[in-house]
Amino acid sequence: MIQIKQLTKVFDKQVVTDHLDLDIPEGKMTCIIGRSGEGKSVLLKQIIGLIKPTSGNIYIDGVDIVQLTEKEHDTIYEKCGYVFQFAALLDSLTIFENVGISLLENGRDRDEVRKIVIKKLEEVNLSKDILDKYPSELSGGMRKRVGLARTLIRNPKIVLYDEPTTGLDPITSRVVHELMAAMQEKLKITSIVISHDIEIFKYVDYIALLHEGKIRYFGPAATIWESTNPYIYQFIRGLPEGPIQTEKQQ
Amino acid sequence: MLINALNYIGRKTIDATHWLADEFLNLCSSIGEFLFFLATTLRVFFTTRLKFSKLIEQLMRVGVESSSIIFLTGFSTGLALALQTYIGFHRFGIEEFIGTVVALGMTRELGPVLTGLMVTGRCGSAMAAELGTMEITEQIDALKTLSINPFQYLIVPRILASTLILPFLAIFSMAFGILGGYMLCVYSLDISPDAYMSSIKEFVEFSDIKGGLIKSSFFGFILSSISSYNGYITTGGARGVGITTTRSVVLGSILILIANYFLSSILFQTGIS
Repeated sequence: MIQIKQLTKVFDKQVVTDHLDLDIPEGKMTCIIGRSGEGKSVLLKQIIGLIKPTSGNIYIDGVDIVQLTEKEHDTIYEKCGYVFQFAALLDSLTIFENVGISLLENGRDRDEVRKIVIKKLEEVNLSKDILDKYPSELSGGMRKRVGLARTLIRNPKIVLYDEPTTGLDPITSRVVHELMAAMQEKLKITSIVISHDIEIFKYVDYIALLHEGKIRYFGPAATIWESTNPYIYQFIRGLPEGPIQTEKQQ
Repeated sequence: MLINALNYIGRKTIDATHWLADEFLNLCSSIGEFLFFLATTLRVFFTTRLKFSKLIEQLMRVGVESSSIIFLTGFSTGLALALQTYIGFHRFGIEEFIGTVVALGMTRELGPVLTGLMVTGRCGSAMAAELGTMEITEQIDALKTLSINPFQYLIVPRILASTLILPFLAIFSMAFGILGGYMLCVYSLDISPDAYMSSIKEFVEFSDIKGGLIKSSFFGFILSSISSYNGYITTGGARGVGITTTRSVVLGSILILIANYFLSSILFQTGIS
């Protein structure tokens, strides 16, 4: 269970998250949606500890990660995996080294790691033929799946996805969504996804809408289209009129 | 009219004071952040296992891959230095001391400084650009989420490799500089090989070389820490990487030149060189 209490993040004078409260249900997939620039990625990075909040608390399994020291934070990184928007694969390493990096750096035998990497690549529908290729030789969709394999190799309890289908065509997006749902079903992990893609509503359990630093809506994905919450009503239908102002209105 | 003018001057003075105060605070903040970065690097160096494979990789990049430009700059500097010295010494008929001047110049000053500047241009810029790109494409964040300490994995090997390898590059620069001077003197200026070599043997001591090597090691530390720090704090996309790279080379080169004087002075006063 992830609990976020009164989370505030201020960059210079810009308030990104403003006394935000959110409970993420355990073992479920929750999608955070919101307009571009609302601070969804900043929220996700605060949850994993890459960005320190200005104030507030984030509890993961009852531990307030905001209070942890740098060294203690490693326990959170072991528990949580993060799939980056553009995969963030290391350019200078091969796919094998990228996926297996956390094991290789812990001194595990290369042959042993190779077998684990092949297994993880198969889980994300990638063949072992790409093991010795470099990230620049793969398509965007393949890179994202490699990023997912790199995260899953550590068997995390929580996986955070930062816009996993940005820049992908609809067919590849669907493949990635189905893969995320399959992983969720198989591994029973807690997932948080940031997405602009309303297709993801079919695959997630809950949806939260972030607007002006606060969660304006939280509810089950199955009934989102019936919701009368003015924020979510406007957002998912892309209506110009409503409580969410367009840039022109602002 | 007079009041308006005084008003204007007053406002401009206040604006200038604010600007100066802001700049001063920014400078203090940057220095503080850089010192914190260095302190973190040292702490990680002493408290975590050294990544030998990464160290070797950086030694290859900074050392082996820079060797050709170091040979070339050392050799051409030795040629020019010998020629200029000949022009001056010929007037007094003391050409036999050209070897001494070339050797002292190359070992005490030109070898270490040129090596530092050339490696800053070649490797410091590459370090800043590589780390900057890694930062803006979230590769450094990715390392953190995989419980890999970016200081242990990226920063310590770069700084250590540069600090260790620069003295070896400086030796090559010194040797090729002296060789350049030798070739010019012997094959172009008709100075006997024995005169050139004996003037070096007679007046150049090991302490001259030792001082140059100590200085080049410091230069390696300066260029790599400046470049790594600038790369690590890069923001602002491709333009940010460009700015970072330029800043690293400019700042690294300036600091090497400034440090050269102070190091020379300290080494001289302590009797090391």
